[in-house]
Amino acid sequence: MTGNAPFLVVGIIFFLGLYAILFERNLIKIAIGISLLEASANLLLIVLGYRSGGSIPVFTLAGEVKTMVLPTPQALTLTAIVIGLATSALLLSLIMLLYRHYGTLDVREIRRLRG
Amino acid sequence: MKKRALFMLAILVVAGTFWGALDRIHLFGDPVRAPMDDYYLNNAQQERSVNNVVTAIVFDYRGFDTLGEAAVLFTAVCSVLALFRKGREGQ
Amino acid sequence: MNPLSVVVRTICDVFAWFMGIFGVYIIIHGHLTPGGGFQGGAVVATMIAFLLVSHGGKKLLAFARPGFYSALETTGLLLFICAGFFGITTTLFYNFLAGQGGLFGSAVPIGPNSGIINSAGTISLMNMAVGLEVIGGLSLIIIYMFKGIRLFENAEGSGETGHDR
Repeated sequence: MTGNAPFLVVGIIFFLGLYAILFERNLIKIAIGISLLEASANLLLIVLGYRSGGSIPVFTLAGEVKTMVLPTPQALTLTAIVIGLATSALLLSLIMLLYRHYGTLDVREIRRLRG
Repeated sequence: MKKRALFMLAILVVAGTFWGALDRIHLFGDPVRAPMDDYYLNNAQQERSVNNVVTAIVFDYRGFDTLGEAAVLFTAVCSVLALFRKGREGQ
Repeated sequence: MNPLSVVVRTICDVFAWFMGIFGVYIIIHGHLTPGGGFQGGAVVATMIAFLLVSHGGKKLLAFARPGFYSALETTGLLLFICAGFFGITTTLFYNFLAGQGGLFGSAVPIGPNSGIINSAGTISLMNMAVGLEVIGGLSLIIIYMFKGIRLFENAEGSGETGHDR
């Protein structure tokens, strides 16, 4: 069980993000929860591709180590990070416009003021 | 209150799924079979003459993925620009 | 956003050059060291945020034209697509320059080595293209979000409230 501690860390970060999305009322905190979900997904990909004792999959800096960690999850994580960056920029822009329109960031207030 | 209980139930279901997955996953640091990654690690230098295998995958073996990623970034930038346009203030 | 004091502005002027050079270094060494177009572009775009914080919005918007960054972004994306389509005779995104000799085509030795800068074929070309695109895109996001804040302050009717003189 202790060998699988990194997967457990992924789960903890995932549930923190899920809790923030479900129970927080501030829109900025919900955006932080979504970012936490993205971070947990990236960490899961990285952790899945780790080989014990492996070096980075870059031959310039690897040294004389024979084993390398798996490169494909790292490439997918690169893609996921950029997409997460783009979506969070769009999300924060929408939150800014929402605050300008309603004057509050509380989701219950926004629901009451709707229309 | 009922809604919160329902949310708690959903979280418990997700946690149970997560626990089951954690029970069956491979040990940390030992991916059992990875033939595709081994192929990339062994042949990337010879086929594409590049030292950084991650870059070889991102821009060459899976270049089409990266095209989609660049398109997503472009779309997000266009959306932000459309949201904050100057003419929006008037209406 | 009002400009900060003169000490901060001078230090930021000096260190912005280092940030830009470091980002360009990451972009053009993308096939040798960790990094690449996305990361280096993010570093260069951080320079814009840095200058925005230190110099204030008015001076930065006079200096950084959105049209320039928009052209940069579009050029990067088009260059990337072109570099992908040039290898269409074999497959899409085929690395047609690798190992051919010339400017981009030196072969690298197999196994751990110290790296050759003009290797990797279209990969380094695509790194530069994506770097241009990310520089343009993230700078545009920063500039336009700042413009959105300023629009917002005008709508509120509150004047310029800075924290330094």
